[in-house]
Amino acid sequence: MTLHVELVVPDREIWSGSARMVIAKTHDGDIGVLQSHPPVLGLLAEGSLVRILDPDADDSGEAAADGENELVAAVSGGFFSVADDRVSILARDAELGGEVDKSAARAELEAASADAPAGGEESAEVRYARARLRAAGEQA
Amino acid sequence: MGAQLRLVRRRIRSVQSTAKITRAQELIASSRIIKAQQRVRAAGPYAREIIRAVEAVVSRSGQVQHPLTKEPVKPTRAAVLILTSDRGFCGGYNANVLREAQGLRELLAGRGVEAVPFVVGRKGIVWHRFREREMAGEWGGFSDTPLHENAAEITAALLEAYERPSGEGGVDEIYLVHTEFVSMLTQRPAVSRILPLEIEETTAEPSGGPIPIYEFEPSPEAVLDALLPWYVETRLYQALLDSAAAEIAARRRAMKSATDNANDLLDQLTREANKARQAEITQEISEIVGGANALAETIAGSK
Repeated sequence: MTLHVELVVPDREIWSGSARMVIAKTHDGDIGVLQSHPPVLGLLAEGSLVRILDPDADDSGEAAADGENELVAAVSGGFFSVADDRVSILARDAELGGEVDKSAARAELEAASADAPAGGEESAEVRYARARLRAAGEQA
Repeated sequence: MGAQLRLVRRRIRSVQSTAKITRAQELIASSRIIKAQQRVRAAGPYAREIIRAVEAVVSRSGQVQHPLTKEPVKPTRAAVLILTSDRGFCGGYNANVLREAQGLRELLAGRGVEAVPFVVGRKGIVWHRFREREMAGEWGGFSDTPLHENAAEITAALLEAYERPSGEGGVDEIYLVHTEFVSMLTQRPAVSRILPLEIEETTAEPSGGPIPIYEFEPSPEAVLDALLPWYVETRLYQALLDSAAAEIAARRRAMKSATDNANDLLDQLTREANKARQAEITQEISEIVGGANALAETIAGSK
């Protein structure tokens, strides 16, 4: 009882494999996808995290908190489609938590925040940089 | 050494070094073509999913009302995006694309539509500048290894022009002229319309099986709004990658025939050089023999 998951960006495939559950964030809130989920085509929130729980994770998803059974990816925006137990996540830009260069992401976050007007809405760059830090397990 | 022989030898040396250069270019292109093809393949999954998603939204929502799919009533200006290479040494690659673009320009003019060129690649830019044709956009420096950011930048410029009314410097349609990579030996210039999207009513089975009945999150309109620009960008990116592969394949072939020609020329010149050398030797011998005979006759005559 697994899902087949693909995480792709325009020029390559970042990750593909099987998973028990995928949790993505849309504009309206989190959506969790398990096996036999009805077909959905949705937009990902800008600068959000996608969590892919591998088949061994237990039902609560809590055991994944130690990060061992969980794959976290930061996405800058994009969409996902679910059909026939296949989940395709198409991101404009994405990075797996384990591959994030923390200091570089931190510097980008600071540079992007400095550019943004104070009090205004956060720009997409700020959100993506923050998502990358969170994916790497940092506080941001 | 005779003047004739020296001349031929000098040409042989020059042709030899040309052959070495073209041979090296051919080998470089051969190694790059594999990488270019890998890039085309790597971009495949994303493009496939985007196309499928657009098909899904369009087929679900029936009559789509979106500015990117609306057929213009009376188009007056059309953007023509021409993909050329940055460097030469690739045979008829650029000439073919530019000829195709010229044909499209005339076709559009016949329909009363003015073509507004957007040019990618230094060769195309130079071609337009030389003819003093104004370009609405020009990009160069990435024709053999295009990145997704390049496609995003071009898409932004095209969509910006598309959204402006044609009376104020905008365009009603967007065409793309690029080169398709058919095989290592064949590359074909191709014209396609990017915008507005052509929606075909069809009962044929879509590729990859029937489209599931999706729910849309948050709504079909919002999904379509976000998807269409990405779709344009993806098609553009694929065209850039395809053209890059075609450019390198064209270069490899052009350099191969240049090397072959140089080698043929070398054979010919070597024969000429041998003939010239032989002629010189023959002449020297006959001079010596003639001299000896004359000497012998003089001695015989004085006796």
